[in-house]
Amino acid sequence: MSNIPTELKYATSHEWVSVAVDGIVTVGITEHAQGLLGDMVFVELPDVDDSISTGDDVAVAESVKAASDIYAPVSGTVVEINEELEDAPELVNSDAFGGGWLFKVKLDDASELENLLDAEGYASSIDED
Amino acid sequence: MSNKTVLHAKHLASGAKMVDFYGWEMPINYGSQIEEHHAVRTDAGMFDVSHMTIVDVQGTDAKDFLRRLVINDVAKLTTAGKALYTGMLNEEGGVIDDLIIYFFSDTNYRLVVNSATRVKDLAWMNKQAVGFDLTITERPEYGMIAVQGPEAIAKVATLLSPEESAAVEGMKPFFGVQVGDLFIATTGYTGENGYEIIVPESAAEDFWQKLLDAGVAPCGLGARDTLRLEAGMNLYGLDMDETVSPIAANMAWTISWEPTDRDFIGRDVLTAQKAAGDQPKLVGLVLEEKGVLRSHQVVVTEFGNGEITSGTFSPTLGHSVALARVPRSVKVGDVVEVEMRKKLVKVTVTKPSFVRNGKKVF
Repeated sequence: MSNIPTELKYATSHEWVSVAVDGIVTVGITEHAQGLLGDMVFVELPDVDDSISTGDDVAVAESVKAASDIYAPVSGTVVEINEELEDAPELVNSDAFGGGWLFKVKLDDASELENLLDAEGYASSIDED
Repeated sequence: MSNKTVLHAKHLASGAKMVDFYGWEMPINYGSQIEEHHAVRTDAGMFDVSHMTIVDVQGTDAKDFLRRLVINDVAKLTTAGKALYTGMLNEEGGVIDDLIIYFFSDTNYRLVVNSATRVKDLAWMNKQAVGFDLTITERPEYGMIAVQGPEAIAKVATLLSPEESAAVEGMKPFFGVQVGDLFIATTGYTGENGYEIIVPESAAEDFWQKLLDAGVAPCGLGARDTLRLEAGMNLYGLDMDETVSPIAANMAWTISWEPTDRDFIGRDVLTAQKAAGDQPKLVGLVLEEKGVLRSHQVVVTEFGNGEITSGTFSPTLGHSVALARVPRSVKVGDVVEVEMRKKLVKVTVTKPSFVRNGKKVF
């Protein structure tokens, strides 16, 4: 079983969302997801200042095996993207919950986080896969 | 149904991620397929290919049978141990499988065919063998390990006996030799130097462990695919199948047209196709910008559409490459377009070969 930090929130489509600090959350894909995709070769990120809505396909993780859409787990405005992934997409593999983060979002509505899964809920969702 | 090779426990011990490959539980990678790819291009890596099917064809009519069965001509083989790559066609000129044939004598040949096509290959061979005096014997009691890379031969040498070393000393590419328990061949599927070694099941685990101890990296099917694609080698089921002519699959070089009275299966169809000149062809495609070309994407050219048969990210080159079947009028150097994720992206047409011996070749 892969690592699922308890302090994060999750979407069933395998994105993780950090605790909000000043209304801003960090988004990435889970260790389980990177394991399914295999070695990452390109990551296409949204632009800073993009306005995104929950469920939009906002990024693409392209691995040796397949291209996979990444969906916005929350609504808001993109305030920062992980530019290191341009040269080092493998960070998504080696450090999915840390250095492999994708983008940061200023939330439109902080209560939206309550719709996401906790670690236990995500663990059971991937058991069903 | 899930078959396991004799090396299954060794894969698990090395942390392999196992997947189903046409009924065989095989390693896809041992952590990172890109690192495994680089190990083969820069040092030495090894693959368990024990799932592949070894078939010995022996008897008075072995030579005549194979001259009818495959599109290349085994009569060209006169030096013991010499190998030949070729295809086996149905009556409609479609590729049933591609294979390697090792020649030992006019009455003794060894064939290595794909595992995914094992059942139909054996059925076809047995059907065609009616009336010929020979035996067709599958050899499942062997394991097979491919050791590939610039340091592969030197690393294998450290675990050979003096007698085995002498037998492989100076062996040219595309030869095989039986020495003691081992059958050692200078063949492979990566575009690097190295060996494919057939070893009795009882000795396979020990041999694999000695290779690990000699610093040979275990590599999975993921790296095997990116390596063969960089080398421009076909994968059966993607780049060709029973509906595809060898002329449309970069296999024309494996057809022996001379002598003209050799009546191989599919000859009339191929002759007509060649005269008509209307078969599509397999080319290489190179995408220098972001993105990865994938199987079944549509290729748009001024002469009509084609299709990517296999595509991947090339770890050696740092961008994507693909094999594609396109109209014959498309030329090397042309810029064509591929439909990727709803957009048309420009790609350059190359010969269907990208990397050999660690170096870019287009």
